[in-house]
Amino acid sequence: MSKRDHLCLSDYDRDLLAGESGPGAQMAMRIIVRMAEILGAERLIDIEAAHIDSSIYMGEATLKFAETLVDLGAKVAVPSTLNVSGVDEHGWRHWSVPPDWAEKALRQMRAYEQMGCIPTWTCAPYQTEFKPKPGQQIAWGESNAIAFANSIIGARTERYPDLLDICAAITARVPAAGLHLEENRAGQVLLRLMEVPARVQRHESFYPVLGHLMGKVAGEKNPVVTGMEGHPEWDQLKALAAAAASSGTVGLFHLVGITPEAPTLETAFHGNVPEQEIDVTMEHLREAWRELSTAEGRELDLVVLGCPHFSLAEFKRLVHLIDGKEKHKDVMFLVNSNRAMRALADEAGHLRSLAAFGGVMTVDTCPLATPMLSAEIEVVMTNSAKFAYYAPGLLDERVVFGALEDCVMSAVEGRVMRDESLWRT
Amino acid sequence: MAYVIKGRPLVAGCAEGEVLLSDKPLSFWGGYDANTGEIIDRRHPLSGQFAAGRILALPFSRGSSTTTAVLLESMRAGTSPAAILTIGVDTFYALASIVAEELFKETIPVLSLTPGDFERLENGDTAKISQSGEILVSTQSEE
Repeated sequence: MSKRDHLCLSDYDRDLLAGESGPGAQMAMRIIVRMAEILGAERLIDIEAAHIDSSIYMGEATLKFAETLVDLGAKVAVPSTLNVSGVDEHGWRHWSVPPDWAEKALRQMRAYEQMGCIPTWTCAPYQTEFKPKPGQQIAWGESNAIAFANSIIGARTERYPDLLDICAAITARVPAAGLHLEENRAGQVLLRLMEVPARVQRHESFYPVLGHLMGKVAGEKNPVVTGMEGHPEWDQLKALAAAAASSGTVGLFHLVGITPEAPTLETAFHGNVPEQEIDVTMEHLREAWRELSTAEGRELDLVVLGCPHFSLAEFKRLVHLIDGKEKHKDVMFLVNSNRAMRALADEAGHLRSLAAFGGVMTVDTCPLATPMLSAEIEVVMTNSAKFAYYAPGLLDERVVFGALEDCVMSAVEGRVMRDESLWRT
Repeated sequence: MAYVIKGRPLVAGCAEGEVLLSDKPLSFWGGYDANTGEIIDRRHPLSGQFAAGRILALPFSRGSSTTTAVLLESMRAGTSPAAILTIGVDTFYALASIVAEELFKETIPVLSLTPGDFERLENGDTAKISQSGEILVSTQSEE
């Protein structure tokens, strides 16, 4: 064992670092070791799987990084799913994607496939057959997926940034640090829901709104929520996790009585006293709900669903709402998911319903990751707190947050229509 | 007046520039335009400011995993901050600089400060960062 500060490397680690598995694995291990030193880790640990957010094309630099690894012969050493790409490879010509962008984003897709990654092309890998098991050590990128894997499934991943996830996949090793370690998984901040009525908690917008609030107050800490009623579905928890990982740095949260590491309040905090306690009232939730919208008035250009990627269960709910209706001619209606989910939705007949309504689908990416929308689109409506958080900065659009029913109703009417009775005093 | 603080270099290097400071964390994805260096998170207090060439001081990174990719692209495009100062260890910003060294043989310094030292910084201060992590801060205020 060689010692670098506090870091002890195994024979395997040192072999990779010495280039014995080729220059690609060597570069990946060099980056992993630098990060381990920064984190003050004492050792590296094995991972069983990875999810690669580095697939998103962000310009020349991310392409060069991917192609450098390929040129150096790097291959992933564990099953590695791919996050969204920078382009819908079979559908981009229908949109405003510049050909030069498409060409480079496609090259980056091919590079990650050449490294042996699985072409899932989704930001919701927990909706695929490759979802991790409870307790499994994994290295996942994509903030919503990280929060979901840790909190809802009980797998163990640190918050992996782009570029590091692929290094972990190539070496199958990560610093023993952060949320990989039991002691860092304890709750730190307690959020107590105070008299939040059941009719609010049953409402679909409750989850993204609570997530948005949770991310803001928790910052870097692990939040714990008490007072939640019922048994939320995966799609509701998905919306909550994505919201918390957008407004905050949340990589793990516990919902007492709901999530696997929080059967009781005491277990959620590992027996410790909360560092901070916050009473969450309807007033806080209303404020969070208001913050998610930046547009005023009724004007509407586009409705976006599927952030994170739409599931089959969400398709079923949508189809129930749109059957027999047609959207307004002046509003575009877009559903995002990945190619496998589109195939499932097609088989179930959902794509026929979507087409009859006048809606369209894009796969393997989303409007936040590919420049597909024309500049004429100014106001977007969505049921996703994550999309609502990022759209104003990334797309320079004004955004309206509403429930799925509101989004469908607005698309039909051609202007923003929301049932605001729960959220206005 | 001027004073010296000591940061822990996560990625060591020299830089000098005007301090652009916020106590609110920032996701570079959806928050930083790698083409221009503008901070574009419209919910962030620094929205509309240009961080290119300045010493960007933020408590930590927020949100998206893609922060690292955007920071790397801004370093390639020459629109990145001259250095980044955080409270505690933020791996997202440090990683971008480490990968930039692998790809382009260039880095920007990324330093971790104590909460007390971070709080002394003010917008408009000038900071000069040395290889060893010493930061000479020149400030307008009387303090």
